[in-house]
Amino acid sequence: MIERSPLFNAISYAMMVIGFLIVVTPFWVVLVAASQSLSEIARVPMSLWPSAHLWENIEAAWNRADLGPKLLNSLIVALGVTFGKITIAALSAFSIVFFNYRARMVCFWMIFVTLMLPLEVRIVPTYSIAANALSPFQTLLDTLGLTGLISALTGVEVSLNWNLLNSYTGLILPLVATATGTFLYRQFFMTVPDELVEASKMDGSGPMRFFFDVLIPLSRTNMLALATIMFVSSWNQYLWPLLVTTDRENYGTVVMQLKALIPAQNGTPDWNVTMAGALIIMLPPLVIVALAQRWFVRGLISRDK
Amino acid sequence: MAAITLKSVKKNYGKTPVIHGVNVEIEAGEFIVILGPSGCGKSTLLRMIAGLEEVTAGEIHIGDRLVNQVEPRDRGCAMVFQNYALYPHMTVAQNIGYSLKVAGVPRAQRDERVRAVAKSVGLEDYLDRRPGQLSGGQRQRVAMARAMVREPKVFLFDEPFSNLDAKLRVAMRAEVRRLHRDLGVTSVFVTHDQTEAMTLADRLIIMNAGRVEQIGKPSEVYNRPASRFVADFIGSPAMNLIEGMFDEQGHFVYGRGGRLAAEPLNGQRRPGRKLVLGVRPEAVRRTNEQKPGAIPALVEYIEELGAARLIHADASGTRIVAVETENVDIPSGAPVHLEFNDDALHVFSAEDGRRIDAHA
Repeated sequence: MIERSPLFNAISYAMMVIGFLIVVTPFWVVLVAASQSLSEIARVPMSLWPSAHLWENIEAAWNRADLGPKLLNSLIVALGVTFGKITIAALSAFSIVFFNYRARMVCFWMIFVTLMLPLEVRIVPTYSIAANALSPFQTLLDTLGLTGLISALTGVEVSLNWNLLNSYTGLILPLVATATGTFLYRQFFMTVPDELVEASKMDGSGPMRFFFDVLIPLSRTNMLALATIMFVSSWNQYLWPLLVTTDRENYGTVVMQLKALIPAQNGTPDWNVTMAGALIIMLPPLVIVALAQRWFVRGLISRDK
Repeated sequence: MAAITLKSVKKNYGKTPVIHGVNVEIEAGEFIVILGPSGCGKSTLLRMIAGLEEVTAGEIHIGDRLVNQVEPRDRGCAMVFQNYALYPHMTVAQNIGYSLKVAGVPRAQRDERVRAVAKSVGLEDYLDRRPGQLSGGQRQRVAMARAMVREPKVFLFDEPFSNLDAKLRVAMRAEVRRLHRDLGVTSVFVTHDQTEAMTLADRLIIMNAGRVEQIGKPSEVYNRPASRFVADFIGSPAMNLIEGMFDEQGHFVYGRGGRLAAEPLNGQRRPGRKLVLGVRPEAVRRTNEQKPGAIPALVEYIEELGAARLIHADASGTRIVAVETENVDIPSGAPVHLEFNDDALHVFSAEDGRRIDAHA
C-alpha cells in the first residue's frame, strides 16, 4: 500500500529515525567509550562526545587480548564455516531439486527439520562426537558384536578414534550443516527453467558440469547473500568455540577474547579498553556487510535476469 | 535407410497413456512437421526422440541404432527450444560454443566454428552480447546456431517461433527453410500453427490425442484428409462438415430435411449409414438460380476479409461457409443457392471419423 500525505510521511520518517537511533546508539556509545581515557570514562555521567585516546586504547586492547593471532583464528573459522555451508547448501539443494529419487522429499524434510534443532539444543552429543568423530562407528561395531569377533579372529582390538577438539576442523565442521542455506538454494534452483536443464543435456554436459557451468554462475547473488549471513553468524559464534577449544592460546577466537577484555572484579575499571577491543572485533563483519550489502539485498529479494 | 524410425512408440505418465503407439519412418534429409492441437502429445513425441523423455514401450531408431537407452548427448540430435533456453550468464559466442567446450574441442577450432555458424545466421556482430541484450528473434537465432554448431544428424524444433511476433515468424520460417536446404539435415519440427506446418514441411504428421491421424505431404493432407479431425484441423476457414446420411436415391440427406445429389453410392456409403460430408469453403460456389446439385440456404452474415469474403449461410439447420471472390453485397437473410464442386466432396464415417472413398 502506498499512501502519500504529509502526516503519513512525517510518521514514516519518525519511525525510521527512531529505528535508526535504536540501532546506532549502542555503536556510538562503544565508539565514544573507546576514545576516552580511564579518567574520562569513570566520570558520571559519561560524556557522549568522542575524545582523543582511541589509538592508545586500541593498542592496549590489541595487546591485552592477543587480538592478532585470534583475529586470524576467527577469520579462518568464519571463512571455513562460510565456505563449507555454501558448498553443502548448494550441493544438497542441487540433489533435492534436480534429481528424482524416492527419498528426495524425506531428505528435504530431514534437512528442514534441523532448523528446529540449533546447536545449543544438541550441544552435548555434538561435543561427544567432536571428541571422537568415529565414535558412532565404534558404537555400531560394538553393538553388532563385530569388535569382539575381530579381536577373537585377529587379536586386534578395534578402537576408532579421531579427536577434533582443539583443531580448526573441530571448530568448523560441526557448524557447516545449514538448513537455511539449503532452503535458500532450493528456492533459487526451482526458478531455473527446465529448458535450461534440457538444453545442457542436449549440449552433452553431465550433472556436475551443469552444476558448475550453469547453476553456480547463475546463483552468484544468492551465494553472496548467503555468504554474508553465514560469515556474520559464524564470526559471532561463542558457545561452540568455547567448548571445543581448551587450548585457548592457539585456537581461541576473538569473540571468546571479549571476556578477557572485561575488567576483573577488583581490577582497574578500564572499560575504554574493553570497548576499543569490541570495536576491533565487530569491524570485520561490518566491513563484509558493507561491501556485500548491494548483492545481499538483490540475492534475497529477487534474482537478476 | 530411414533417418529416424519409430516403432509402436508409447508413452504413459504414471498410468495415463499420452501416446498410443506411433509408427513413423522419417527419411534422411526430410523436413517433417508434427502438427496438432495443444496436448496432443506432439512435444512429448519430439522429446522422446531427443531422449529427454523415457519411452514407455516401442522402439526409436536413429539411423540404424536403437536409441531407447542412449543418453541425449549421444544421439546426435540438436534441439531448439520454445523459450530459447540460452544460458543467461554466457555471451552469444559462449552459448553457441558450449557444446563444443563440453566435448573438449580445442579453443582455436571452437572459435572458428562458432564464428562460421554465427555468420550463417547473421549473428557475427553480436558474439560478445549476452542473451538479455538481444531481441526475441536474435535469441532464437542464437538457439539455432547453438544447434547447428554440433553438426548433428537430426535437428529437433519444439515450437521455436511461438514467442515471436507474426512478422518475425514469417522471416524465421524462411530462414529455417533456407538452412534446411543448405545443410540438408533431417529435421523434425513441432508446431500448432498450420501455416507454419504447411509451408515448412516435406511431410506432415498430424496428431490428435496421442494418435497419428495422418502422415503425408501438405497437399495430400489438404486435399485428401484421412479423417474428420484432419479435415477440420487443416485449412482456414475450416472445412464445412455436414452430418447426415444417404437415401435410396443417392441423395445426401442432412439437417432438417435438406437433400443434395452427391457421388455414387457404394458399400461403405450405404443408405441409412450415418456419415459426415466435408467440403472446403473454397469449393462452395454461390449460384443465383436453382439447379440440380445446388442447395438452398439463407445468408446469416458476411465476413469481409479484403481479398475475399466469407458467406456464412444456414442450409436447413446446417452452417455452411462459402468463399466469395466477387465483390458483392448480400444482405443477411437473403436466399442463395450453394453448389459444391463434385470432386471436392469428402465423406467420413460418423462413428470413427475415418475417410470413406467412393471407390473403396
